[in-house]
Amino acid sequence: MKAINSLILVLALIVIAMLGAGALGIEYLFGVIIPYLAVFIFIVGFITKMVGWGKSAVPFRIPTTCGQATKSLPMFKDKWSRLDNPGTKLGTIGRMFLEVVLFRSLFRNTRVELHPGQYIAYSSSKWLWIFALIFHYTFLIIVIRHLRFFTEPIPGVIVFLDQVDSMLQILVPPLFISSALILVALGYLLLRRFFVPSMRYISQPADYVPLFLIISIVVSGMLMRYVGPFKTDLMPVKELAMGLVQFSPTVPEGIGLTFYVHFFLFSVLLMYFPFSKLMHMGGVFLSPTRNLPNDSREKHHPNPWNYPVKLHTYEDYENDFREKMVEADLPVEKPLEEMAEETSENDEKKE
Amino acid sequence: MYNAKYIIPGLIIFALLFTFPFWYNLGAVTYEPVELELPEDFDDCIESTEFMRTEHMKLLDEWRDIYVRDGYQLYWSELKEQYFLMSLTKTCMDCHDNKEDFCDRCHDQTAVDPYCWDCHHTEP
Repeated sequence: MKAINSLILVLALIVIAMLGAGALGIEYLFGVIIPYLAVFIFIVGFITKMVGWGKSAVPFRIPTTCGQATKSLPMFKDKWSRLDNPGTKLGTIGRMFLEVVLFRSLFRNTRVELHPGQYIAYSSSKWLWIFALIFHYTFLIIVIRHLRFFTEPIPGVIVFLDQVDSMLQILVPPLFISSALILVALGYLLLRRFFVPSMRYISQPADYVPLFLIISIVVSGMLMRYVGPFKTDLMPVKELAMGLVQFSPTVPEGIGLTFYVHFFLFSVLLMYFPFSKLMHMGGVFLSPTRNLPNDSREKHHPNPWNYPVKLHTYEDYENDFREKMVEADLPVEKPLEEMAEETSENDEKKE
Repeated sequence: MYNAKYIIPGLIIFALLFTFPFWYNLGAVTYEPVELELPEDFDDCIESTEFMRTEHMKLLDEWRDIYVRDGYQLYWSELKEQYFLMSLTKTCMDCHDNKEDFCDRCHDQTAVDPYCWDCHHTEP
């Protein structure tokens, strides 16, 4: 039901774009105003969210360790511990690099199986890792590829990326490898939530909506490139895109409706981004379990919430109340001076 | 904010990366849409403008397969009601007589790099 609702939501977005840019003919809204708004919300929302997270204190080292701390006992000689359980800044940078670039945490993903006879087995499960890796990198390539519409002259790197991405020379116009792969990866990420019971149980609309949204963006983009009736003339698209980035927006004639659907869905993705789980793009850098060196045994980390406490030491307490304490026959560390003298005199007399 | 010395540079990098198209084009001339070069002798191509606009690459690809691999030579145009030799160099470039004006103007602006010219001459 959650999946169906999410799908309906994304389909509604498509219908909105079709009605707005198609039937009502307000292309300016969908081609200029909403995209500008989306970029603004994306950048400002992203920064606000990150600053908000930066304001929450991380008083203690809470790294999840995947190895023995390097400075524990001489018997632990595993070199990988320097990355899996780093005690130094350099090691932590290494761990963050592996996390951000290669998704090392997903690489460590395991599967639990219950075998007949109540045996529990844990096994390595790399599928999520490999498809997540494919998804993120193809998405990155696709975003960079789209810069061909937003730059003039087009930087050589982007032209080169286009050539490499279409080097298989299948289909006309040539199929981008990244487009095909991202569909496979998105398919896996979606079907995983449908067919793995535990995943299905914890999947929320917030998980389905981004998936359906990105799938719709990819599909609408591919329709524009490969499928006859949806094809879009690229030259007015480039004119629109260049108008946007040069702050002289125009809405040229002759852009197909599919383009507005594609553009609107991506704008929605940008606007939704700072409020969604997609913020893990920035959040991964602030993961306290990854970005803190495990040096609790080597260094003292004072609590940042410590405030100056008004102290009243026992010494001061006794100074304040010594007489009363002595009257009440309470033991004192330092006797009253007068009393001390008197008592000593008394003692002498007695003797 | 804690760890501002790491977070703020990170956010600046983020903002710079994601506004790349805005500042990359800052110094550049305002973008002018491509002026299309039109052949002088004819009003229409061998099919309608809309068809040629969206499908010319597919048409050429099919011509290549049919001509080179299957050995058929002639294409029947419904629009013109006549046969054309399926040849990029001899038919297309009879009117669209050079690559710079008729191909590259749009292709260069969209990073399209067709492999026609791996074999074909760029002039008739």
